[in-house]
Amino acid sequence: MQKEKTVADLKAPAPPAADAPPTRAPAAKQLQPALLRRARELALVPALVLLVLLGAVVNDNFLTERNLISVLSASAALAMVVLAESLVLITGKFDLSLESVVGIAPALGAMLVLPAVQAGLGTELPAWVAILAILGVGAVLGAVNGVLVVRFKLNAFIVTLAMLIVLRGVLVGMTEGKTLFGMPDSFYTLATTTFLGIPMSVWLAAAAFAVAGFLLKYHRVGRALYAIGGNAAAARASGIRVERVMLGVFVTAGLLAAVGGLMQTGYVGAINANQGQNMIFTVFAAAVIGGISLDGGKGSMLGALTGVLLLGVVQNLLTLAQVPSFWIQAIYGGIILAALMIARVTSGRAQD
Amino acid sequence: MSTAREAAPLVEASGIVKRYGPTVALQDGRLTVRPGESHALVGRNGAGKSTLVSVLTGLQAPDAGTVAFDGRPAPPLSDRDGWRAKVACVYQKPTVVPGLTVAENLFLNRQPAGRGGFVSWRRLHSEAARLLETWDVRVAPDAVTAELKVEDRQMVEIARALSFGSRFIVLDEPTAQLDNREIERLFDRMRALQESGVTFLFISHHLQEVYEVCQTVTVLRDARWITTAPVAELPRAALVEAMAGEAVAAHGGAAHRRVDQDAPVRLDVRGLTSEAYEDVDFRIRRGEVVGLGGSSASGKIELAETLAGLHTPRTGRAELDGVPLPFGDVPKALKAGVGCVPRDRHDQGLVPGMSIGDNATMTVLDRLGRFGLVATTAKRGRAEQLITRLDIHTEGPDQPVSDLSGGNAQKVVMAKALASDPRLLVLINPTAGVDVKSKESLLSRVDTAREDGTAVLVVSDELDDLRRCDRVLVLFHGRVVATHPAGWHDHELIASIEGVQDAEGEDRG
Repeated sequence: MQKEKTVADLKAPAPPAADAPPTRAPAAKQLQPALLRRARELALVPALVLLVLLGAVVNDNFLTERNLISVLSASAALAMVVLAESLVLITGKFDLSLESVVGIAPALGAMLVLPAVQAGLGTELPAWVAILAILGVGAVLGAVNGVLVVRFKLNAFIVTLAMLIVLRGVLVGMTEGKTLFGMPDSFYTLATTTFLGIPMSVWLAAAAFAVAGFLLKYHRVGRALYAIGGNAAAARASGIRVERVMLGVFVTAGLLAAVGGLMQTGYVGAINANQGQNMIFTVFAAAVIGGISLDGGKGSMLGALTGVLLLGVVQNLLTLAQVPSFWIQAIYGGIILAALMIARVTSGRAQD
Repeated sequence: MSTAREAAPLVEASGIVKRYGPTVALQDGRLTVRPGESHALVGRNGAGKSTLVSVLTGLQAPDAGTVAFDGRPAPPLSDRDGWRAKVACVYQKPTVVPGLTVAENLFLNRQPAGRGGFVSWRRLHSEAARLLETWDVRVAPDAVTAELKVEDRQMVEIARALSFGSRFIVLDEPTAQLDNREIERLFDRMRALQESGVTFLFISHHLQEVYEVCQTVTVLRDARWITTAPVAELPRAALVEAMAGEAVAAHGGAAHRRVDQDAPVRLDVRGLTSEAYEDVDFRIRRGEVVGLGGSSASGKIELAETLAGLHTPRTGRAELDGVPLPFGDVPKALKAGVGCVPRDRHDQGLVPGMSIGDNATMTVLDRLGRFGLVATTAKRGRAEQLITRLDIHTEGPDQPVSDLSGGNAQKVVMAKALASDPRLLVLINPTAGVDVKSKESLLSRVDTAREDGTAVLVVSDELDDLRRCDRVLVLFHGRVVATHPAGWHDHELIASIEGVQDAEGEDRG
């Protein structure tokens, strides 16, 4: 305690030098914890760099512009869902049903515009209504989860697991297992339009991460997510409307997952009845590898993003290496495990 | 703050009634606190202290009765800001967010905003630093709250309360997790804050502390107000009587019992060394009770936990009845005949969702059946036997342990330690957070155990626990620095705990 005091004292009288590089011992001491925290956020970067180097050595095509862009476009939808899940996890809750939202939201939108002969509902609404409907479905489903979990205090894990199954079932029932295609162009814009050679979906995901990261750091509501996840009672005592914020997080997560679904639709070019199926496992893996705590209250958007990129690169490398498709899953799972272990070692803290 | 209007009480609660279903938590709660004083609220577990505090801090509405601040009725329950400006409570359980920095916890949900209404981290840190400096709290604003020591965390919570404008602060058992030196520092802070006009309501199980730091005391018993008096006019015996409702025999010293010096040595510890302690040598004979004192950083807890199989020492050995004790392996230590009451019953002692019976017999399940199966009748029988033996107040072995009050819960922990009929009993803070009567009952269990020839090691911060020991070893920075045979004076023991050889001026007892 005495030490901290002296450090603070030494630092105070030298305001102009405070921002200077840590050449003097006291300043270095002061900076260390902050730097260390920063370094922990980026714990995955060494693993990511290692993988990229490995990729460059193993396959000549890896470090080409075309391949890197394809890694990014393949990861965009996953990134949106990881973003959504990270927000929920930081608040200390769970949402497993996001993967079903990825499927059902764009499917419902598509059925609103498609004629009955193409498995549509026959309403043939204009495309912009359908796009709005997609977002609306995501938000409403998030709100249903939120109300069940927050208001009625049901267990988030089980509620959203049940929702996952229900929504998947509804999607299969509505489409009778058929694949939806032939939607208006606006359904594919995110994947087909490019800016500086990079698809809009990637720009949108990047922007979403940037905005979320900024709000989490610099907005009261963003800070409230950490407070609620860290100690909900303390958050409530500080005047944070815990229930309202949590509900908002669930709605936002549903919305983001719906956008992710739209991106996935554009990327694939059609909506399969199992769009998004099993995606939630990858989502959790990316979030946890990226340092988001399953106990809530910890993690950053930057970390979550590195988690997504790491998995995207792995996926790409496995494809490039022409690993027999029957083995891809086993190897992918093994790599996730290894990444978790590396993140545990580099961050030096328990993953809880 | 003005202490001029001495007639007007700062806080006045009268006729408070609070029921939870059929249970009456508070039948007649009264409290009058004058500005600038430190007011103690004492009572046994279940006397209604917590309920009164939750009513006073606006967390719960009373079923009947009124609360007034400065003569004006308390704000409605929904007006959190209104309450926060009047009263704040520092609970035993932290009400800070562990992962956030001190600065952010101080200004949670009211972070100073910069351009565009976004949080300005620079202003947040400078305002936090100013606030901490105003109240002389020496904590770095950018420290992560989870990494603070308990005393610093408490001071942060106090500073936060003061920053809301509240000058009335409830401290709910603030000393429970502090060692003597830290308690002294807390009291110094309290006195300093009191001089700058802060009023405290101080809740503690340690009557000594009440006498040391408070001017007035209110006693609750069986959900009722019993008395309010200046501490100077209420001698210790009268206070204990008011709390217990009967005269409790003053703590019986162990001096009347003498261990046979020829009794065989049960535990023989030689040259035990680890990061926390160094070259520790001692012996405990059959039926002997040895105390282990020291500050919280002295290594005493680590030493005791080592004997219970929780840690592995670097060098040295310990023998129980001539057989080397296994280190770093709790099941083996249990099998070797070591029973342990761990340091924190919430963390390590009990599984809250399980029943009393399941908790109490957890250590002996292998003896209650064959091939890993557990005979339920045998378990029930054993549990009932333990409940009687330890005088646990319960409906029966099937009641969840989370229903029990602190004293009874601790008895279950003790039952668990005794269930395996240990030859060495290691007790770590066995009476922490326990009321006067349960304390007596727990300590008398120690006497029964020693009569059966058990060797007992008591590690505690409480002098009352150590007073019953045949001798007390004191650890200082991991080394045994003193041995006090029974009959020591408080100031002697405290002096060696604090590492002061000269006892003068260090007398807390």
